[in-house]
Amino acid sequence: MTVASVAKLAFKSIMLNKSRSFLTMLGVIIGVGSVVLLTSIGTGLQAYVTDQFASLGSNILYVVPGNPFGENGGFGGEQAMIESTRPILKRSYFNQVLRNNRDLIKDGTVTAINVAEAKYGKETKKVTLYSIMSSYETVYSSPAEKGRWFTDAEEEKAERVVLLGKKIAEELFGQVDPVNKRVLLNGQGYTVLGVLGEKGGGFGGPSFDNYVYMPLETSFKYFDTELVDSFIFEVRDKEQIKESTLAIEKTMSKYLDEDEFTVFDQTQLLTTINSILGMLTVGLGGIAAISLVVGGIGIMNIMLVAVTERTREIGLRKALGATPNLILLQFLIEAALLSVLGGLIGLLIAYLGSLALQPYFPAKVTLEAVILAFGVSTVVGLVFGVAPARRAAKLSPIEALRYE
Amino acid sequence: MLLELKHVSKTYEIGDTVIRALDEISLGVAEKEFVAIMGPSGSGKSTFLQVASMLAEPSSGEIFLSGQEVSSYNEIQRAHLRNKQIGFVFQSFNLLARTSALENVMLPLFYAGYGADSSEAREKAKVMLERVGLGNRLNNTPAQLSGGQQQRVAIARALINDPTIIFADEPTGNLDSKSGEDIKQILRELNQEGKTIIMVTHEDDVAAIAKRQIVFRDGKVLSDSAVHHKSSTTSKAKKQKGRS
Ligand SMILES: Nc1ncnc2c1ncn2[C@@H]1O[C@H](COP(=O)(O)OP(=O)(O)O)[C@@H](O)[C@H]1O
Ligand SMILES: [Mg+2]
Repeated sequence: MTVASVAKLAFKSIMLNKSRSFLTMLGVIIGVGSVVLLTSIGTGLQAYVTDQFASLGSNILYVVPGNPFGENGGFGGEQAMIESTRPILKRSYFNQVLRNNRDLIKDGTVTAINVAEAKYGKETKKVTLYSIMSSYETVYSSPAEKGRWFTDAEEEKAERVVLLGKKIAEELFGQVDPVNKRVLLNGQGYTVLGVLGEKGGGFGGPSFDNYVYMPLETSFKYFDTELVDSFIFEVRDKEQIKESTLAIEKTMSKYLDEDEFTVFDQTQLLTTINSILGMLTVGLGGIAAISLVVGGIGIMNIMLVAVTERTREIGLRKALGATPNLILLQFLIEAALLSVLGGLIGLLIAYLGSLALQPYFPAKVTLEAVILAFGVSTVVGLVFGVAPARRAAKLSPIEALRYE
Repeated sequence: MLLELKHVSKTYEIGDTVIRALDEISLGVAEKEFVAIMGPSGSGKSTFLQVASMLAEPSSGEIFLSGQEVSSYNEIQRAHLRNKQIGFVFQSFNLLARTSALENVMLPLFYAGYGADSSEAREKAKVMLERVGLGNRLNNTPAQLSGGQQQRVAIARALINDPTIIFADEPTGNLDSKSGEDIKQILRELNQEGKTIIMVTHEDDVAAIAKRQIVFRDGKVLSDSAVHHKSSTTSKAKKQKGRS
């Protein structure tokens, strides 16, 4: 009796009870599908963020208060919150850094963040006011897509002008061209000079496209705060990022203690964000593992429900002359066919799901996830498919036939 | 002797109580005999049939088939024996659900080494089903057949490997009298063609088609006698000679 001929028998048996076969496969489908899809979301996120940072360029240095990378730190950590409520960075320090390091640093901008209520016509929106200097345009390569940037003169005179991120412009103005229109911020009128090109970034969180950009002096004057969020410097030569970091630290330490500020570049930021995203992927993987277990229990359940019927079938086959090995082989092939087929369907669903997510989300199916999900659910399918058969094959034909 | 049991016992243990379903049974069945096993419910008839047909193992004693000591056979040898030498007909038919009559009858052929799709096996099964009068029901599943038809499929399945002995446990027990008559007729013909049959029944009219009746009580043989009716008042040996 060849394996191929037992395989034919197993295939017939699968086709004979289509609903039972399908339900068995369903467990594997759910397990494989959810694991692969969920991890594809995690890894996709990571790849996307890395790309975004790379596209922003790496000749940028940031100076922020406190230590976001320290033990208490973490972006949004408690320490960072406390630090940021009290003015530490001052515009005069920024000017001094620029003056002292002309050889290394090309340009820079001070940034400050406020919140305001923006109003145009009937539309009202809570917005983030991102206050910068006109140099931001070149430092961050953010040209105006429509209209123009504010000038140094306008900034110095604290003129009431703003630029809009692409998204917020659409939300407030709809089809109307915002350039030279007046938008109300906390009730006061500001002239829209231009709209910035799309920048992307920020999953659910703040995005550059949602910001309202305002000259720094204007915000100091009208928003009643001197709270500086960060300094951003553009280094002349990428190769000199280390020297520039040291030079900035040297100037800054004239005014502040070492632990009151941090100078960092994007690679450092990227590492931190990646480790956060790495955690996220692990978390999603955990969820996926749970779905795998749930899928496994599903497989197990169906197999257990089918056990009575199948035990009797085994009894009959034994009565008619089947040896225990033949019975095991048949059940092994049946379970393998169902597991592998279910796994393939699960993969297909996960793949289609990740494709469907593409417009909104950079999901990315990875080989590791595929192998893990496929491996685990196939093993679960095999074990629970064969276990009842193993037990039944040990019974005498009459015991198996009488099984209840 | 085709089949011989020597001091065969079968006990079931349920918790602390030991049930002696077969108690030191010794008896022999010759080739071409037709034996009816009778007796009250619980007397050990089914147990006897299962042990004698290798479906269950005896607790003690020896069984010989064609002079071979088969009670010490291992699992694989027993499987081959059941496949080649023994045909079993159950009270409750025991056909594979959702499976055509033809494929049900082909099953023992598969375990005898025919391929799952062997056309030779298919042909054999078809001939056997025609023989029990189901030539026009080859592709019906059990659910599409009456009880009597299902039992005829089961008989065809029992015959397919041309076994030495047919065992039947209350083959008409689940059937109406009309279907029961059909089955009786088939069994009678089989025996006339030379098949050895051992059949459990508690119905006298079914037992009457046999030529020897063994009555069980409490796991023991109460009586063992030739059946006396119309043409069969002579000894067993003579009857068999006349038949063949
Ligand atoms: N699998 C079993 N487990 C425990 N006891 C059994 C089993 N099969 C039969 N018996 C007991 O063995 C005795 C004989 O049963 P059985 O051979 O089925 O009798 P009969 O077929 O004559 O009605 C009964 O007392 C029955 O309860
Ligand atoms: Mg019985």
